[in-house]
Amino acid sequence: MDVELRGLTKRFGPVVANDNVNLHIRAGEVLGLLGENGAGKSTMMNMLSGLYTPDEGEILIDGKPVKFEGPGDGIAAGIGMVHQHFMLVPVMTVAENVVLGVEPTGKFGYLDIKKARRQVEEINEKYRLHVPPDELIEELPVGIQQRVEILKVLFRSADVLILDEPTAVLTPQEVREFFGIVDTLKKAGKAIVFITHKLHEVLEISDRISVLRQGRITGEGDPKTLTESDLAEMMVGRPVSFTTAKGDAKPGRTMLELHDVTMLDENDDKVLDRVSMTVRSGEVVGVAGVQGNGQTELVEAITGLERVASGKIDFDGTDITYARVRERHKMGMAHIPEDRHKSGMVDSFSVAENMVLNNYYAPEYSKGWAIDWPKVHETAAKYCVEFDVRTPSVFLPGGALSGGNQQKMVVARELERQTKLVIASQPTRGVDVGSIEYIHERLIASRDEGDGVLIVSSELDEIMGLSDRIYVMYDGRIVAEFDNTGGKADRNAVGLAMAGSFEGEAA
Amino acid sequence: MSSGPDLKEVNERMRGLMARTTHGRDDFEDLVIVPLFAVVVALIFGALIMLATAVDLPTIGRSFVALAVGSVGSLSAWSETLTASIPLVLAGLGLGLGFRAGLFNIGAEGQLLMGGLAAVVAGFTLAGLPWIIHLPLTLLIGALVGALYAAIAGFLKATTGAHEVISTIMLNLISYRLLDWLLRQPFIQREGRSDPISKDVPPSAELPRILDFIDVNLRLHAGIFVMLAAVAFVYWMLFRSKIGFAFRASGENPDAANYAGMNAAFIIVLAMGTAGALAGLAGATQVTGVLGRASPGFSAGIGFDAIAVALLGRSHPVGILFAGILFGALEAGGRQMQVSAGVSIDLIGIIQALIIIFIAAPLLVRAIFPWGFRKRTKRVGDA
Repeated sequence: MDVELRGLTKRFGPVVANDNVNLHIRAGEVLGLLGENGAGKSTMMNMLSGLYTPDEGEILIDGKPVKFEGPGDGIAAGIGMVHQHFMLVPVMTVAENVVLGVEPTGKFGYLDIKKARRQVEEINEKYRLHVPPDELIEELPVGIQQRVEILKVLFRSADVLILDEPTAVLTPQEVREFFGIVDTLKKAGKAIVFITHKLHEVLEISDRISVLRQGRITGEGDPKTLTESDLAEMMVGRPVSFTTAKGDAKPGRTMLELHDVTMLDENDDKVLDRVSMTVRSGEVVGVAGVQGNGQTELVEAITGLERVASGKIDFDGTDITYARVRERHKMGMAHIPEDRHKSGMVDSFSVAENMVLNNYYAPEYSKGWAIDWPKVHETAAKYCVEFDVRTPSVFLPGGALSGGNQQKMVVARELERQTKLVIASQPTRGVDVGSIEYIHERLIASRDEGDGVLIVSSELDEIMGLSDRIYVMYDGRIVAEFDNTGGKADRNAVGLAMAGSFEGEAA
Repeated sequence: MSSGPDLKEVNERMRGLMARTTHGRDDFEDLVIVPLFAVVVALIFGALIMLATAVDLPTIGRSFVALAVGSVGSLSAWSETLTASIPLVLAGLGLGLGFRAGLFNIGAEGQLLMGGLAAVVAGFTLAGLPWIIHLPLTLLIGALVGALYAAIAGFLKATTGAHEVISTIMLNLISYRLLDWLLRQPFIQREGRSDPISKDVPPSAELPRILDFIDVNLRLHAGIFVMLAAVAFVYWMLFRSKIGFAFRASGENPDAANYAGMNAAFIIVLAMGTAGALAGLAGATQVTGVLGRASPGFSAGIGFDAIAVALLGRSHPVGILFAGILFGALEAGGRQMQVSAGVSIDLIGIIQALIIIFIAAPLLVRAIFPWGFRKRTKRVGDA
């Protein structure tokens, strides 16, 4: 099935979200669609699924114009979406989730779950998805849950699959398996649209690439001839550097020291197992590891969000093992949290309020028991200018900003004060290329001002590019340490350490 | 990076960022139009219900006239409306503050009873003090006892995670029987009475009537100043103070509050306590301004109506002020309706309930009055 978009335009008030977009999606082909947050990818996909109606232009399926008027029209025409955030019922089985809404029924309308199971098995077999039909969703890893989403659209006989940021939630191994599935689907004659902002992935898997910027298609091409920097330039509109320029570290005194820190989860299982590490002033220390190997807990222990079971944590010579979050903050610890929506910001608070979220009580913002709001607004405006947070006003809710700007807002708040130690957890997750470059520069700047910087990231490129020293975490333990002065650490060796003893095995 | 923007440009951009954005039409629709339409729809439904219960049209007409006349049709009507609104607004402010902090406090009724009773006791035991000390002290003790009573639920939540909805409902039930029992204690019970009723609040602890120079029957009392001061105070606390910032952050996103180093247990107890203080103050103004004594169930459901007031006012102090006055008007007008049209005052309860349903379901209101609203446009989606 071929789908063609001709001159598609969609406006929201004065904002043109899609401006004369032309796109051709062909059967048996993977089309990579790149674009920064807010470039108009979602709007375009929502028009394809029938959620929005275009203001101008038309959609053609196999050469015939079609009109979508409601959210069900896209899938009815054979265009299926796999969303970044899964839409599955956790307490139901795979088969139940797949048939939800289009349940096969027997006589008198009873639910024929056997038939559903059989149909699920057939699709499973055909596309080699390896999804257990009787497992509950909540017991499956994220990678498998994603395949259930794919199964869902295949079950509804979709010939065009739109995958919205499918790899954002996957571990490196899961990404490999996922690419295998995409390949099978392609060979079976499905048309696939792969939306992402990860450049190397799009180069690897796509047959053609289109780049969207500010609602327009700004570039198209063949992945065989394009490079990452070509793509980045099309996305951002200017040349982007991938390597953060930095001099050698000048490590000074020990800023952070962990001695045999152990943390237990609610089942008394060790999530951190005798972790010892140091971060000195003037150096960037990276913690590499596949997500879920204790990095989140490590950050919680250091920042005081969770109690440790045993061990000792020293911050610039002071024992902070049992210090409260705020005490650590006052001592000069900055914390860029791994999930800004969950904990780094309050979506409904204004940009100004978010800029002082953990600093609102400080004397410089106080007037007795009240907050000196004019001072806060002024400071927030200053930070916005300095950190290039793009917002029309500091009174706008933080939740209305794009992902990259939200992250810059959080980074500005954390770095724009006297700090000694910066804990940056997934500092560029879900952030566009242009902002990534900027955030990396700021972290290096903090190092050069003499801060200790600890970066925890599941992006190995980020760790390799920024760190002077690298620890690798696996199963709650530090399993390896590498010197990365001048980028001399062996990428493969780090990767192997990350894979631990599970190397080569399927997740 | 090239050299940064020059100072003039920076100042220019900062000024732009700090320019106040005017409230959008969406805010206006949510805050004004939806409640307005909700009231209108509720009144229409009220009329339909009267029709359905075989009330003839002229009577329905008469009852709506009576509702209007009895609530805003004369000075005395205004006096009654505002008198009824004082405890509603005070308790509603407390509940709204709790909602902002993420606490769904159902316990205003119990807090109001305990605070009111404490005020009565303080009133007659401290008799003899000059009114300038006696009255504020009486109100303060009422607020304090209300705060302590609410803080029980806050403490239970902070330490054990007990849900405040359950614990405040239970504390309401406890407060009813506790009040009955206390009213029979010789220390509190009026001399020579066998039924549960308290001694009178002496004049030096009474909130003076402020319109009696015009007509001695006008019941509006100085509690209205307490109410207005409370509106200003709660506004300051929520939107200007440091602790209010922590309240709102905890209510909107507890994880972010935790990340920001705010002390969740302290905030829960303090927010519950403040809410209870306002409910206790509502009880105290009611006994010192209107009732003059405590009797079983003297709260008359004000603590529950206040939940509706807080919701209708969107947990905003100014919104709560208007919502409280509206409910006061319905109360005062409802009494007139019963007297002059013979329609049951229960109808007012139905209309109040309908208003809340329509407020809680703004989409319903938008569906009924499509021409009153702009078509909603979605924000430009991020990837």
